[in-house]
Amino acid sequence: MNFFASIGRTTLDLLREIGRFNIFAIESVSGIVRPPIFWPLILKQIMRIGFYSLPVVGLTAFFTGGVLALQIYIGAARYGAEQFVPVVVLVGILRELGPVIAGLMVAGRVAAAIAAELGTMRVTEQIDALTTLATDPIKYLVVPRWVAAVISLPILVFIADVIGVFGGYVASTQSLGFTGSIYLNNTMNALNNHDIASGLIKAAFFGFIIALMGCYYGFHSKGGAQGVGSATTSAVVTSSILILATNYILTNIFNFFSF
Amino acid sequence: MARVSSTAKVELRGVKKRFGRKVVLDGLDLTIEPGQSLVVIGGSGTGKSVMIKCVLGILRPEAGEIYVDGMEATRLRGRGRDAFLRKFGMLFQGAALFDSLFVWENVAFGLIQGRGMQRSKARDIAMEKLAKVGLSAEVGELCPAELSGGMQKRVGLARAIAADPEIIFFDEPTTGLDPIMADVINNLIVDTVRGTGTTTLSITHDLVSARKIADRIAMLYKGKIIWEGPTAEIDHSGNPYVDQFIHGRAEGPIKMEVKA
Repeated sequence: MNFFASIGRTTLDLLREIGRFNIFAIESVSGIVRPPIFWPLILKQIMRIGFYSLPVVGLTAFFTGGVLALQIYIGAARYGAEQFVPVVVLVGILRELGPVIAGLMVAGRVAAAIAAELGTMRVTEQIDALTTLATDPIKYLVVPRWVAAVISLPILVFIADVIGVFGGYVASTQSLGFTGSIYLNNTMNALNNHDIASGLIKAAFFGFIIALMGCYYGFHSKGGAQGVGSATTSAVVTSSILILATNYILTNIFNFFSF
Repeated sequence: MARVSSTAKVELRGVKKRFGRKVVLDGLDLTIEPGQSLVVIGGSGTGKSVMIKCVLGILRPEAGEIYVDGMEATRLRGRGRDAFLRKFGMLFQGAALFDSLFVWENVAFGLIQGRGMQRSKARDIAMEKLAKVGLSAEVGELCPAELSGGMQKRVGLARAIAADPEIIFFDEPTTGLDPIMADVINNLIVDTVRGTGTTTLSITHDLVSARKIADRIAMLYKGKIIWEGPTAEIDHSGNPYVDQFIHGRAEGPIKMEVKA
């Protein structure tokens, strides 16, 4: 094949993919203001995305908080700054690790599930069947999922924050010899609304990314079982990368506004 | 939306659709009169499903016009498109039942979600339509995964006729069924559709089925209709492509593209 032709074809494919994604994203977002809105489906998705992710998110948050305390102690002890462990654990969990860990865990759980479900629906023509029954598949399938994820993720992250800080407390009091009341006192004194809010705002963005990627890859999967498999993989990989990249950008924005 | 002075229920004019460099529909012309049952035959991969998806707006053709009741349909959006889609019912090749819903909810889906009917009323209609395709009310309470292929097809048929659409599309209604079940489905299609004034477009490569349900047969080859005529004339079409297809011969003008 001609070298230039292959460059041209790759470029066109890339542009086509970008265009397709943008149209999909715009239709998905605008679906929230175009009735009908399927409220019962949103509730059902909140259960599936939010509630059933609680065990996974809770456990990872606990261990992350614990290990964070242990590692910070090592660094802080070199400068005799052990008393800062509670503060650093708190800020680390609220601002970064709570949302990021919860986001990545939910990406693995939920983006995969959504991509597999919608991918199977695509391959078995169920999505086309929705259209023939005068129901917009974007409004019926995509909008409830992203709305549910945007609602669920901040709640999940809030719970992850509490459990993560508790993990740090357990590690500090059990392994590092901190006194429980002093640790808690330091934590409560350091607590501030900006730390909490910035983590929850991030969580809402991550929820949107997870649901949209799962839906997008599921919606456009093709070619039977293998296609659904690769859609699932792409959904998890892409949403994980986007979560980390978005996290970096949002942290920069928050820092810029001293939020 | 231009109106044309035509009595056709569905009319396709010069419809072209390609995927990448592969041309699937190459200026397809087809007319279906009201109340007519037209069957389009053709080999696998000749674009039969693509044709139906273009009419429904699931796929957007690059060129050509599609008229339904004299209204141009390819540029419809929003509410106009919803109203347009309510004219149609469709039976999919694999039935395409929603596996997260009960059988009766599948049948009632278009009534509840598409038309905003109350659940209890929609349920009654769903049960009535299930009875029409020979399924009991108990089946209505099952999940689609618990049904055999033939029963799934029947549920798919019940779903397609649930809202009494003006136009019904059948995508390979008998593919994958044993000959007896295929005949049951053919009979159901004839029974549920004939006499109701419904216009139907079926695509199939099953000639037994085509002869049974068609008023007229058209043959699709390389993205164009190469022959069309009343069902009785298919045996003396004088068209070598049609002859090869209906007799199932490997030798003839149609060459199977073995190399993809």
